[in-house]
Amino acid sequence: MKIGVITYPGTLDDRDAQRAIRLAGAEPVALWHADENLKKVDAVVLPGGFSYGDYLRCGAIAAKAPATKEVIRLAGQGLPVLGICNGFQILVESHLLPGGLIRNENQHFVCRDQKLKVENNQTAWTSLFEKDEEILIPLKNGEGGYIATDETLKMLEGENRIAFRYVETNPNGSMNDIAGLTNERGNVVGLMPHPEHAVEPGFGPDTSIAMKSGIDGLKFFQSVLQQVVNA
Amino acid sequence: MLGKKKLEPSGVDTTAMATTEPEKEQPWQELGLKQDEYEEIKNILGRRPTSSELAMYSVMWSEHCSYKSSKIYLRQFGEKVTDEMKTHLMVGMGENAGVVDIGEGLAVTFKVESHNHPSYIEPFQGAATGVGGIVRDILSMGARPIAVMDQLRFGAPGNTDTARVVHGVVDGISFYGNCLGLPNIGGETVFDSVYQGNPLVNALSIGSMKHEDLQLAKASNPGDLVILFGARTGADGIGGVSVLASETFESTGPTKRPAVQVGDPFAEKVLIECCLELFHSGVVAGIQDLGGAGISCATSELASNGGKGMRVQLQNVLLRDSTLTPEEILMSESQERMCAVVPKKKLKAFEEIVNKWEVEYSVLGDVIDEDRLYINWGHEEIVNVPPRTVAHDGPVYERPVTYPSYQADLNAANTSSLPRSENPVEIASQLLELIASPNQADKSWITAQYDKYVGGNTALSMPDDSGMIRVSEESGLGVALATDANGKYAYLNPYEGARLALAEAYRNVAVTGAVPRAVTNCLNFGSPENPEVMWQFKEATAGLADACLELGIPVTGGNVSFYNQSGDVAIYPTPVVGVLGVIDDVARRIPSGWQDDGNNIYLLGETFDELDGSAWAKDIHDHLGGQPPKVDLAKEKLLAELLHGASIQGLIESAHDLSEGGLGIAVLEAALRFNIGARIWLGDVQDRDNLDLTAAMFSESQSRVLVTVGREDDVKFQALCETRGVPCLRIGVTDATSGLIEIKDVADLKLDDIRSSWVSTMPELFG
Repeated sequence: MKIGVITYPGTLDDRDAQRAIRLAGAEPVALWHADENLKKVDAVVLPGGFSYGDYLRCGAIAAKAPATKEVIRLAGQGLPVLGICNGFQILVESHLLPGGLIRNENQHFVCRDQKLKVENNQTAWTSLFEKDEEILIPLKNGEGGYIATDETLKMLEGENRIAFRYVETNPNGSMNDIAGLTNERGNVVGLMPHPEHAVEPGFGPDTSIAMKSGIDGLKFFQSVLQQVVNA
Repeated sequence: MLGKKKLEPSGVDTTAMATTEPEKEQPWQELGLKQDEYEEIKNILGRRPTSSELAMYSVMWSEHCSYKSSKIYLRQFGEKVTDEMKTHLMVGMGENAGVVDIGEGLAVTFKVESHNHPSYIEPFQGAATGVGGIVRDILSMGARPIAVMDQLRFGAPGNTDTARVVHGVVDGISFYGNCLGLPNIGGETVFDSVYQGNPLVNALSIGSMKHEDLQLAKASNPGDLVILFGARTGADGIGGVSVLASETFESTGPTKRPAVQVGDPFAEKVLIECCLELFHSGVVAGIQDLGGAGISCATSELASNGGKGMRVQLQNVLLRDSTLTPEEILMSESQERMCAVVPKKKLKAFEEIVNKWEVEYSVLGDVIDEDRLYINWGHEEIVNVPPRTVAHDGPVYERPVTYPSYQADLNAANTSSLPRSENPVEIASQLLELIASPNQADKSWITAQYDKYVGGNTALSMPDDSGMIRVSEESGLGVALATDANGKYAYLNPYEGARLALAEAYRNVAVTGAVPRAVTNCLNFGSPENPEVMWQFKEATAGLADACLELGIPVTGGNVSFYNQSGDVAIYPTPVVGVLGVIDDVARRIPSGWQDDGNNIYLLGETFDELDGSAWAKDIHDHLGGQPPKVDLAKEKLLAELLHGASIQGLIESAHDLSEGGLGIAVLEAALRFNIGARIWLGDVQDRDNLDLTAAMFSESQSRVLVTVGREDDVKFQALCETRGVPCLRIGVTDATSGLIEIKDVADLKLDDIRSSWVSTMPELFG
């Protein structure tokens, strides 16, 4: 099982995503933004960072990269795609997911251990979670405020397309506390928090059990592994 | 400012003209040179310098680049060392950053540098480019940068200008560091009105590498090409080094805004990845980052370090602004640039890699077997100098030193005059006042703006006593880093203040279970032209060098920042000291806070009645005077060895260093970390060390640590302390359910109440 991780110029969490994939038991494959060839991977992660410096809207330029074009094409055929933070922004700019992401409500970059509720456990990346399960995932972004039209929000709520919601604290002013979305088919998931930072004891978020022991993010990668193996 | 008006209004000043027009008047004074320095340049060259040469010498001989006032004192760091201390030192002082062997074929390089003056003028860009600059220093040693830290000093929290500086600086660090993908793992934030007109923004970076990846900044093979790559050269930061770092702020005078550099972290991130690929492909024979003094510095240092010369065509420099004069190009401090020395036969490989990363480059010239740096502008020669005279043989001053007129009175005015309450309720309320004071309050308003996760190797970060980063994923080998400086202590006694800064940073590393191995520093002082400031500097450097020798850990590099003052008022001497420790497996690290119920709480070390210079004196009584606490470094070493031994045996559940605010604040911090309460009794400490309640609670005696031990390890732990001769007293037990800090015969404090006042201070001040 091979999971690709695309590196754009300015991508920061690519090595972290690769480590998460390895810890989940799959083989990470490094992909380069300028390549159209996705090396026949079974799934793709668009990691966090500041692709091309994000001088335009975040993710806007990366949405036009050769590798992203191929992701868009294969996503249409059911390839599991996970967009994390900047990756989520890229998925939104690519129109694989609806809406937009704007500057955090308080205007500051925020890094915190964030509680999320799994709203939809029927996607390629969430199948190992219980519905309504509360998980703890680090969040770090400057432009993570989710916005959409009333109509879109209604559609997302109605069609169970909200994958994750912020619990207790809404860290960036996202509408309807939306932390992450899925497409209709459930193969494309995007979220602002960083599951790849909660995969290894000692380096994740603090939990009530021990310092930095949170590994709730691992299930994202194990879910897709199981999905692909079963497919 | 260096402008076209002062240098050549038309045409270019060439070496030929320097000979034919020897009497031409030159603006050496405006460029910050002294008369005798200008004469010395003429001596070296045997003629007047060209305007380009003058620009180079002026900027390279500035205080910031040449260390002309500090050099004679900095030598001690290289002299007061034993062979044993050098065991792990792969590269010492003088390079871009020191390199320390950490075992398993791995090494780390780390350094802290100031960006104080730019950060006052333009806080956002000043702080951002401070991070960018130190990261390039680390990169140029061949290392992958793996973390950053920042040491900040701001003015009084209530002053309206403080918010401007705080917001700008924190945003700048957050913007640049986060965009580079470097976790911010710690630092310091201190408020004091003495920094009002001159905040301190020090930035530290650490990088890791395999031994064989080490790069040096030298051009030693004639025929090799000199290549400038990265961002294009623009008009930013022209003269920034000499104009900004060597002059004191005056309230009037022209704006200096344009002299501050502007940073682009995306360009730097790409440059980092590009450089690492260049290093690993072995196409680079020497590398130097461009920081202060830009191309002037890079070309002269590379040539001088390699003992060779260089021939450069300045018109080959890629420009953002085509109207720049040669002098401006030489002095520009445009960010995100590197200069590489590349063997001709590897040019193609070099080009392939930089093209992959879409990084621009141009070949400036080549290395020559001659002790000369020739720079041409088209067909005309504008520089012809011995590179060593620019880069290394600048002026050296032994500036006058005077014992300050105020010092004796300051030291005499100790805290014995301050009222000490005997009422426990009042002492408890002082404790609550202290924990909510801007200097002790929760700093997550700042640290939450920094990415601490990126890289996936952060084992400890703020608010832990040290930052800790895993270097090897295979073995868990890692490093701990802490920086400290107490300006108040150093003001009372600069010699002791520097020792105390080292002792605290050393202790902060030791409490994590790591073994201290090396030291870096950033010495922030007032004007060296003031003999009283120079006395402080002399004392502090001696104190630090002596203390390093005593603790057996070497200084690997550092930075001096002078002229930190507004008007005639200098800042407190602020010697920021960073200590690097090594831990064989980061999984063994000791947390700073309590996590479990029913653990015994021990106070290690002795407490003396030492309240001079304390947070209690300053924040409760607005008093600063007397002598700082004494530190016995032999005890400090013993304590560190005990902590290491106990952590290897897995005897300690948590360890937290006692510093500002004393035992009272340490207890609250350890409790707040994971929200675990405790029952505490101070009676035994008071009896053993003969203290009143105020001293027991707030004394800042050194070499003390608070540890918690599980009941099953109690006997073993006490025996270990006894064997090693470390005073150890049980002062309480943790309580995970009460939600209280119950201090026997003093007060029962609700953790929720403490937390809410602790966390609300910074947001209330800065939104």
